[in-house]
Amino acid sequence: MTPCNFTLIRNPFGQLVFTGAEGDVHEGVVPVRAFGITAPDEGLALVNAHGKELLWIERLADLPEGPRQLVVEELANREFMPVISRIVHVSSFATPSTWDVETDRGNARLVLKGEDDIRRLNQQALLISDSHGVQYLIRNRQALDKPSRKFLERFL
Amino acid sequence: MSALLGPDETILAHLELDLDKTLRFARGLVLVTDRQLIARSGEEPAWQAFPYRAGLHLQRRDHAGVASLELVDEQRQLARWRHTLGKDTNARQVLDHFEQQRDAAVSGQPVEAPPAAICARCGAPLVPGQDDCPSCAKELYTPPSTWTLFRLWRFARPYRGQLLAGFILTLISTAATLVAPYMTMPLMDEVLIPYQNGQPLDTGKVYFYLGGLLGSALLAWGLGWAKTYILALVSERLGADLRSQTYEHLLKLSLEYFGGKRTGDLMARIGSESDRICVFLSLYLLDFFTDVLMITMTAVILVSINPWLAAVTLIPLPFIVWLIHVVRDKLRHGFEQIDRVWSGVTSVLADTIPGIRVVKAFAQEKRETSRFKDANQRNLEANDRVNRLWSLFSPTITLLTEVGLLIVWGLGIWLVTKNQVTVGTLAAFLAYIGRFYTRLDSMSRIVSHTQKAASGAKRIFDILDHVSSVPEPVKPQHLTKVEGGITVERVGFRYGNRTVLRGVDLKINPGEMIGLVGHSGSGKSTLVNLICRFYDVGEGAICIDGVDVRNIPVSEYRKHIGLVLQEPFLFFGTIAENIAYGKPDASREEIVAAARAAHAHEFILRLPHGYDSLVGERGQALSGGERQRISIARALLIDPKILILDEATSAVDTETELEIQGALDNLIKGRTTIAIAHRLSTLRKADRLVVMDRGVVVEEGQHDELIAKEGAYYRLYTAQTKQLDEQLAERESEE
Ligand SMILES: Nc1ncnc2c1ncn2[C@@H]1O[C@H](COP(=O)(O)OP(=O)(O)OP(=O)(O)O)[C@@H](O)[C@H]1O
Ligand SMILES: [Mg+2]
Repeated sequence: MTPCNFTLIRNPFGQLVFTGAEGDVHEGVVPVRAFGITAPDEGLALVNAHGKELLWIERLADLPEGPRQLVVEELANREFMPVISRIVHVSSFATPSTWDVETDRGNARLVLKGEDDIRRLNQQALLISDSHGVQYLIRNRQALDKPSRKFLERFL
Repeated sequence: MSALLGPDETILAHLELDLDKTLRFARGLVLVTDRQLIARSGEEPAWQAFPYRAGLHLQRRDHAGVASLELVDEQRQLARWRHTLGKDTNARQVLDHFEQQRDAAVSGQPVEAPPAAICARCGAPLVPGQDDCPSCAKELYTPPSTWTLFRLWRFARPYRGQLLAGFILTLISTAATLVAPYMTMPLMDEVLIPYQNGQPLDTGKVYFYLGGLLGSALLAWGLGWAKTYILALVSERLGADLRSQTYEHLLKLSLEYFGGKRTGDLMARIGSESDRICVFLSLYLLDFFTDVLMITMTAVILVSINPWLAAVTLIPLPFIVWLIHVVRDKLRHGFEQIDRVWSGVTSVLADTIPGIRVVKAFAQEKRETSRFKDANQRNLEANDRVNRLWSLFSPTITLLTEVGLLIVWGLGIWLVTKNQVTVGTLAAFLAYIGRFYTRLDSMSRIVSHTQKAASGAKRIFDILDHVSSVPEPVKPQHLTKVEGGITVERVGFRYGNRTVLRGVDLKINPGEMIGLVGHSGSGKSTLVNLICRFYDVGEGAICIDGVDVRNIPVSEYRKHIGLVLQEPFLFFGTIAENIAYGKPDASREEIVAAARAAHAHEFILRLPHGYDSLVGERGQALSGGERQRISIARALLIDPKILILDEATSAVDTETELEIQGALDNLIKGRTTIAIAHRLSTLRKADRLVVMDRGVVVEEGQHDELIAKEGAYYRLYTAQTKQLDEQLAERESEE
């Protein structure tokens, strides 16, 4: 259990404020996952605005209820990795190609600049970076429907 | 919505939001008018209006591809809107207009007119003297035409004469082979069958026909030889052109392109794939045309001999066409996959071989072998998939033609029994059909080569179609005489979605020496990259002597810059060649002078062949400090107006560094110099020090001023001297 000798609150500006054991106050603290893709729930750090680590959290569950809520909230606020559930249409099999996709965050259109922007995370999972740096995740490409798989295969 | 706007209230800027507060894709809008800021994000039912007042602030930040715009006053956050980085130009505009309007509303003074040159599409300020907006041009994503094979004509064009000659020769030689079966007809009907029926052998006719057969065979041989020779020559030249043009184009692309590519992949594209295309263009394409012609010619002959039999011959044709249609896409897809997988194989090689020292140091040979085996295995699988399809396709075609032949035999025998055709006609007919089907067979096989070439062409055009993100100016401005004054104005830069520089302002006078210091990762090398125009700035501008660097032809501009990189890279070749890299026609005296200035002369003399010694691939036969000194000499040789030293002496010992410093002191006279160093003592000669921290310039001034300020520089400095003191103390205590 991470010792709870700090306080974490949200100020009216919407920023997290961290007060450490020595009474040091840091505004604009952000939670960062150490292994954002491979182990998102293990190893988080609270980092201040200057990029200095204030607190290492082994597991999110170790945190007391209050701060945990805030951290989870803030993570939801910062993290943006839509999970693609269906590829509706691709404009061409040659890149740059515009894809219409359905994601867990609604329908979106992304531009794939090159085949190299599709990164294999493991056998099944893929990470797709669009032309503006938004990253889309495909958890399990075998689980997509057949047309989506067909589209995808042309790029792999 | 117009109800929200007052009478004659004008909208100045707008930002279409594409995300809502919970980061789901949804539309929304932020408007800046001359009175207020109005906004509605996707999930909200109503518009929110914020009339301008003092204390109102709009803040913009981004993280991982998502930006947020926050409206705050002194007490709290009032609202927050989210959007992806695709809308970033609009967001910046909204921000700029908001600040202007708020200030105007608070102070009661009218807004100054905004700068005149603004891109009509995105509203970003235009680079003076350039009509099209660089950021808009980058946004245009026109997928390349899928008819890639036709686009290859551009490479075949210079050889159209030879190609035509080859085509005609192929045609005639094939026609010559058609003569033979035509002679079998009279040979049978006029010679053999009458003889069988008891008439005497007409030897004259026998000699005539046999002579004809021999003649046509010889003709076909001669023509075939000429054709093959011409086409082989053309094929090689075409391939060479394709390769060098692709390479030439590749080298013009910006670092951004190379950052996202794997070396092995590019090597595969330029190497093997271009080869396949040229073989296709010069051999199979012609074969295809001749096949088509031959088939038509044979068809005409067949119809002229017997239309009924001819009609039967064509029965398998629709099936073949249908089959080709089915396999074509699958093959194309399969070959594309093979290409990519093959790139993977070369990538493993290109990755491991330069890093062999690390592999060995950590004893990971087994791991690397298995990585290679995996890539190889994937290659096998991809090939197997295509082969499965292909192995089925080609015998199927053969089967279809055999069946066709069978039908013709059947019908022929029936017709002979009905006395409608002679045996000779049937024999000749069958001989032609043999040829007809062979042609059909080979034509259908071309589909494989076509698709292979098409997939290769797609990947080559991938390179050729790529427009450099550091484009050549449309209306270039030429630098007649370079003074070396550099102005960096409000420069922001991002690698992908990672913001590295924010609002950097810097003015460097001609001939001044600037020391750039800051923590590792603070963006020093990035700033240098921008000044060299390896990348183009995201926002703001960099000017040389008042001219935006985007308006100067790239290579002309770089001639004035001598750059020593943080990671010195030497090319395979001799030391002299490496020093003279930027000026290949440099005299030996110049090379030696530059080497002396960089304090490389003496160590070079110690090498077995002096300046003619080989440096090994990537310069690995030299030590780190030796490599650095050669790259300093290389930069000095081109006598640049602007000298950039990025950690130029980090790998040499302190004494050598001091010596190089001493030499450099003379050399930097009259040149604008930007020197980056972690060892702050290196920069004691600098006219001015610029301290960077996390992408912004935090301090500027001379050493003493900055020390007196007790700011960021002071901390850096004391940390270093303290370290030094501690080390000294430690050493003393040990003694
Ligand atoms: N090609 C790149 N792609 C993505 N990020 C990059 C790239 N090059 C540099 N960065 C990031 O940009 C930031 C600034 O890098 P930069 O090389 O400018 O630092 P620096 O000040 O030169 O550091 P150092 O003193 O260690 O050389 C770093 O955080 C780095 O990780
Ligand atoms: Mg650097």
